[in-house]
Amino acid sequence: MIEINELHKKFGKLNVLNNVNLKFNSGECIALIGPNGCGKTTLIKSILGMVIPTKGTVKVKGELVLKNYHYRKHIGYMPQIGRYPDNMTIGQIIEMIKNIRKSDTELDEELLEKYVLKNMFEKAMRTLSGGTTQKVSATLAFLFNPDILILDEPTAGLDPLASEILKEKIIAEKQKGKLILITSHLLSELDDLITHIVFMQDGTVKLHKTISDLKQSTGEEKISKAISKILKNNVNDPIN
Amino acid sequence: MTRLIKYIVLDILKNKIILVYTLILSALAWSVFSLEDNSTKGVLTLLNVILLTVPLVSVIFSTIYLYNSSEFIELLLSQPINRSKIWKSLFFGLVISLLLSFLIGVGLPLLIYAPGDVGLMMLMVGLFISTIFISIAFLSAMITRDKAKGIGIAIMLWLFFALLFDGIVLFLLFQLADYPIEKMMVGITALNPIDLARILILLHLDVSAMMGYTGAIFKDFFGNTLGISIVFTVLTLWVAIPFLISLVKFKYKDL
Repeated sequence: MIEINELHKKFGKLNVLNNVNLKFNSGECIALIGPNGCGKTTLIKSILGMVIPTKGTVKVKGELVLKNYHYRKHIGYMPQIGRYPDNMTIGQIIEMIKNIRKSDTELDEELLEKYVLKNMFEKAMRTLSGGTTQKVSATLAFLFNPDILILDEPTAGLDPLASEILKEKIIAEKQKGKLILITSHLLSELDDLITHIVFMQDGTVKLHKTISDLKQSTGEEKISKAISKILKNNVNDPIN
Repeated sequence: MTRLIKYIVLDILKNKIILVYTLILSALAWSVFSLEDNSTKGVLTLLNVILLTVPLVSVIFSTIYLYNSSEFIELLLSQPINRSKIWKSLFFGLVISLLLSFLIGVGLPLLIYAPGDVGLMMLMVGLFISTIFISIAFLSAMITRDKAKGIGIAIMLWLFFALLFDGIVLFLLFQLADYPIEKMMVGITALNPIDLARILILLHLDVSAMMGYTGAIFKDFFGNTLGISIVFTVLTLWVAIPFLISLVKFKYKDL
């Protein structure tokens, strides 16, 4: 569903993405991991068309992303730090996005109910805590039943209860055959969610494997251990 | 796009600054007309006040509003909306609200006290000047990411057009007094929308007789229909060019 070909991105002299080639299909749940500043968010933003690549192409459902916007109706995006207009209330934001998308698919208001956001509809966005803002972001990402979900650090800032609700929701959506792309630093959290793993470093993809492959090749049961083993080996024996 | 514009206009109208702006404009206009018994003198006084305040408020309010909308823009960008639609909606939202302020604040008293040609011309000029400086605000907001710098650029541009430009023109006039530069002056005024607006109104008030030979040349050029249509074309270019440059920049901006 998402095809990335020879993607390069430079910010000034800084090479943030360097020849990234990736292909994601529906039904996959991909963890995008890597150290801070390795280009994860830039990669996500170039899929969303927020960052214009220096070279290379991104295709979503066969459509080129550049100078296009229709494809974004298939995507639900939850940003790392949701930034919303200060003087709008939760209700107004949700109402406005509904209005703008005028989507005819059935709305998925499960998270809206589970996070009891309806009781806070009158609250202005600037008065919300970081966690509540994240809840709003999550609700908006799932609201339109999109085929592709892009979640940037979804559980950061959420309390354990809310983050459990979100995880259950992600698993449920995965079973419906959607493509889910998650970035996270908390590898242990991802154990029961993901099917594939992409490891990035310095703007290049170091590893793209299924979880079973990864566990087999390293002989480890936990993803976090498998990754750290690879990283240690990486020093003297670079992977592909 | 109309839906987006509606949200933006409502958001701006909620802002109390726009209300204060309307009140100040109408206080100025009503008091000017009730102080002067001659409506031509009233228009002249109002012209000078408007040509100073309207550009200032338009350019600064719009620049600050654009920087404060960065969250709004980010939110919309992850939705299936065309980039240029977002930018255009912001532009039209600002234009609609600021023009509305101007129409209520200045338009009403103007049409009551100075109906006819001059009043109408004055109204048109005011609307154009507002739109031009909103357009310039869009350009300065696109030049830099830094809010303080962006507002600084906006203020500098206002200073240049409202005050500095005239100083430069006067300097040139005195330095080149021995040469026949009257015709060239007509061309130079096109480089400043405020000057263009001022001359257009002055010539319609028949005070150009006091401006000597240059005045006569101006009268000759701006007095006929062709001249007026050229002036309005130039004013339209002043709206279109800064905004279109900013639109192209916005389309390729990394957010």
